[in-house]
Amino acid sequence: MLAMNYRGPYRVRADHKPDPVIEHPGDAIVRVTRSCICGSDLHLYHGMVPDTRVGHTFGHEFIGVVEDIGSGVQNLKVGDRVLVPFNLFCGSCFYCQRELFGNCHNTNPEATAVGGIYGYSHTAGGYDGGQAEYVRVPMADVGPYLIPDDIHDDDAVLLTDALPTGYQAAEMGDIAEGDTVVVFGAGPVGIFAAKSAWLMGAGRVIVVDCVDYRLEFVKRFAQCETVNFLEVKDMALHIKKMTDWMGADVCIDAVGCDASGNLTQTITGRLMKAQAGAATVLHWCINSARKGGNVSIVGVYGPTFNAVPIGNAVNKGLTLRMNQASVKRHLPRLIEHIRAGRIDPKQIITHRIPLEEVGDAYHIFSSKLDNCIKPILIPPSANQVRAVTASATH
Amino acid sequence: METRKEDTAHHHHGHDHQHGHLQMHPSQGHLEPRRPSREALSHIQGWGADLDRKNRPAVPMERTPPRFIDAKPGDPPQQPETVEVLVSPERPGITPIFGTAQPPSGLSGMIRRLAFKSTENDLRHWMLLLLADRINVVEGIAEDLARGHVPNILGEMGIKAEMKHNPAGLAKKVAITAAVVGTAVYLMKRRDRGDSRHDGDRYGERYYR
Repeated sequence: MLAMNYRGPYRVRADHKPDPVIEHPGDAIVRVTRSCICGSDLHLYHGMVPDTRVGHTFGHEFIGVVEDIGSGVQNLKVGDRVLVPFNLFCGSCFYCQRELFGNCHNTNPEATAVGGIYGYSHTAGGYDGGQAEYVRVPMADVGPYLIPDDIHDDDAVLLTDALPTGYQAAEMGDIAEGDTVVVFGAGPVGIFAAKSAWLMGAGRVIVVDCVDYRLEFVKRFAQCETVNFLEVKDMALHIKKMTDWMGADVCIDAVGCDASGNLTQTITGRLMKAQAGAATVLHWCINSARKGGNVSIVGVYGPTFNAVPIGNAVNKGLTLRMNQASVKRHLPRLIEHIRAGRIDPKQIITHRIPLEEVGDAYHIFSSKLDNCIKPILIPPSANQVRAVTASATH
Repeated sequence: METRKEDTAHHHHGHDHQHGHLQMHPSQGHLEPRRPSREALSHIQGWGADLDRKNRPAVPMERTPPRFIDAKPGDPPQQPETVEVLVSPERPGITPIFGTAQPPSGLSGMIRRLAFKSTENDLRHWMLLLLADRINVVEGIAEDLARGHVPNILGEMGIKAEMKHNPAGLAKKVAITAAVVGTAVYLMKRRDRGDSRHDGDRYGERYYR
């Protein structure tokens, strides 16, 4: 099959790899019809996440059709159209039983601090991802979600990560009616976090980024105010001025370890890797929030340490909440929102690129070329009615 | 949007006060956050649909029993280990499910095995893994060449997209690279010449003539 192949920082290509096989009775093989490149894939692409091995196939945002199932699978059948949440989870461990699907303890042997994630390095379990023609989907009775007939494929693929993560970011902000919410990062997750903040009753939503076309997009899509931080002398001071010198009620970090905007952080975090990426946005969140405010973190950081102004957070009495999104618990509510026309996720898709051109796709997204907001990769077998290759191999 | 220029203007404003007879500070601002009315927000599509917290799925707060999964009780059956899988020392045994994507191999694999002797709590664990990743890149190129495949590194970095969407940026990068390489080559050549002249002066013409 054709699959994205990581060769090192800033280098990826499409290669032929062996088809995935059933390795566990609970596995399914899914023929991918659409996969996205996610902002968090860029952290891998930039070499920020330890144990990202050459040959790895990224891709934790994908939908497809079930092509084969293991002997233990009861809830899925061949031919089902499924969206696959980016978390791999068992459904039965202590954490899954508390709906903390992003923290499953049974799917990642290589680290205890993070659950299994498709195509997200060996630190997240060593599973190849969905930027390929076929993908192994473990715990197929538990993870995949049948796509309702009235939900468009383009909306469905955004329900695997970007929209639920943005929604969870807003939810972790514990937004009360009228709150001022500042979202750092106008990528797909930041855009959806801004949109979700309104659903939760925000009074004011401000999005911060350094790329004008992204700010223009989010202003239109999420009807919010925007700030280009390159035009601002000091981010925290600027937010204070915008909020009658109080600070924001809620700050959301939708950027993570690849943040620009602070030279020291860029050198120590992004270039030297002496800390787990630049903690610039964490600084801005903690220092821009009002006393007693909330900081919500969904931006990805590597697992090593970060220089974070925790003293300010303590002195200000902030509440910090953070997690990988537990995608599956959000899906019913988000599907209601889509059906009611409150949100139209597919509007953020700007590029449809054949999987064969994955190197260019990553470069376009990473370098923010051609006004790219969200690229989708289409594998050559996406429109194949019935594939035989997956089951033919085992 | 407030700009650097405006920030500067604000500071000038502060200086003006110091020339006055009495120290005056600007207003303290509001002592509580101002909130827009519901009417003012009514044009926002979907505003307040989840204002009532019972409509929110409430993450990451723990919630039992789980509503959206149909899992069998007990741990899932154990996946057979067909390749080497490194396991965190912060857990006993291996998880019932795991990935088998790229087993450790070569020098990078040896470093990864060493990394897994220390815990996730130990910085050395992560730094060794990052080191292994970099070595793995060189191994990847060697592996390509060994298979008779010369990797198209510029293609893998998206040169086609760069040419199409950012030709000016590409030209700049090429010019900078050429300038840096050119300067380095020139300096090395000059040093070579300098060394030979020095040697000649010292041991040839001046001392041995």
